[in-house]
Amino acid sequence: MIRLERVGLQYGAGATAGPDVLRDVSFVIPPGGFRWLQGPSGAGKSSLMRLLHLAIRPRSGKLTVLGTDIGAASRATLPPLRRRIGMVFQDFRLLMHLTAFDNVALPLRIEGRPEGQIRADVTEILRWVGLADKAGSRPAEMSGGEQQRVAIARAVVGRPSLLLADEPTGNLDDVQAVRLMRLLAELNRLGTTVVVATHNDALVARHPGPSLRLESGRLVADG
Amino acid sequence: MAERTARRLRPRGMDDLGLRRALGDRMLPVLVAAMSFLAALALAGAVAAASLAAHWQEGAASSVTVQIPRPEISLPRRADGGEETRLEAVQRILRTSADVASARVLTTRELSDLLRPWLGVAADNASLPLPAVVEVHLAQGADADLLNLALADVAPGTLTESHGLWVGRLSVLAQSLQACGWLALLLVAAIAAAVVMVATRAGLAARREAIEIVHGLGATDGDIAGRFARRVTRLTFTGGLVGALAAVPVLAALIQMAAPFMSGQEASVWSTDPLAVLAIGRPIWIALPAMPVVAGAIGFLTAQGTVRRWLRKLP
Repeated sequence: MIRLERVGLQYGAGATAGPDVLRDVSFVIPPGGFRWLQGPSGAGKSSLMRLLHLAIRPRSGKLTVLGTDIGAASRATLPPLRRRIGMVFQDFRLLMHLTAFDNVALPLRIEGRPEGQIRADVTEILRWVGLADKAGSRPAEMSGGEQQRVAIARAVVGRPSLLLADEPTGNLDDVQAVRLMRLLAELNRLGTTVVVATHNDALVARHPGPSLRLESGRLVADG
Repeated sequence: MAERTARRLRPRGMDDLGLRRALGDRMLPVLVAAMSFLAALALAGAVAAASLAAHWQEGAASSVTVQIPRPEISLPRRADGGEETRLEAVQRILRTSADVASARVLTTRELSDLLRPWLGVAADNASLPLPAVVEVHLAQGADADLLNLALADVAPGTLTESHGLWVGRLSVLAQSLQACGWLALLLVAAIAAAVVMVATRAGLAARREAIEIVHGLGATDGDIAGRFARRVTRLTFTGGLVGALAAVPVLAALIQMAAPFMSGQEASVWSTDPLAVLAIGRPIWIALPAMPVVAGAIGFLTAQGTVRRWLRKLP
């Protein structure tokens, strides 16, 4: 479950503190829920995604992710929590010196899963995103769309409880975009909480669902 | 087919963070090798100074030289009215005194040897009135001044020369050298830690993005610091091993040259038995294999500390 109560965020601290990126944002996403996160560029979508990914902590208010109060949690409690969250970044954030296979295997290896299981799971998910024959390729040898599919495979391979996706269809053709949305729906149906940030209104129109809308760091619509 | 592909893709010694390139296998081991070589020399210096100091104190502190001018002149013996020479009188006292552990009269030949540096070959057949010289080893806790009084009483003009003052000065010198050796060792260790810290920070800066990605995927500080520490430990251990091996021939040569001073025997510099070299340098030969281990430990601890401190910047 995700719960935000009057969450505020600004980068920097003290004299170097920047303007408020998020102000008094409050909403609840129940376990297994789905939300679009919409809003124009600079509205604070990516900052909210980073908060939910535990890459930053809120400056004010109370943030609860997967049942843990993030503001009050110790540093040591965060890594196990992060392993339950899958994230697809807008810029993919793949490790360039690793093959597609090793990039996708990364979360499982961090978790310490047995290598045999890793091989099976990674091979399966790469086949699903249509990259079975690219397993040995490095990101530099792949197209933007292929890299994005690797990033997606890495986010879902560990069957996360919460899946966050920041513009996940940006580099995908229509066929791949539809496949991805079907995958997200399927994961959601199996109980994964899913949040997808996008400014692609057509995508939202094609796959209607409850939506959060941000404008200038404030939540202006929920539902 | 897919099975075989996957197996091929699983690399041995997985390098998620790309540390093999970020922490190269040249610079750090070479620097650590140089420092471990220096550390071996400093250690050898400290050990040598310590054993020299111990040797001098043991040997020379209790040793006293007694000079008896005109030893052949006869004196009436007080106890029974008989006669004895001045040398015999002194020897009688030395034999009976509880303060004396052993006494030995130097032969004429030994005296000539002592004088030769000053008089040349003339020393061998000079008809100089030489004093008799007795080398005395005192018993523990004996007082050289009391002995001097007793000897001057039976043979006036007898001089007792204690080496205590010189031994004291030499000991202070040796102890200072020893302290310098330990200080140099500490300094080398501190510089090694600083070099490892700089290298680790450079590695952190080079792999910052990869670290943030792995951190975001749920890797703990211990996971990430452990990967850096493993790499750095391997590199510093290798460096320490190379430095220690390079120091072996140099130390062996130094010990061989120092052997005559340490053993107190007149040995030709290069004829020393290899077993004796091993025996004299024992503390050094024991410490040398520890060099790579210590280098590895410094690398491990410094890398762990540096990476963990750096990771505190991330939430």
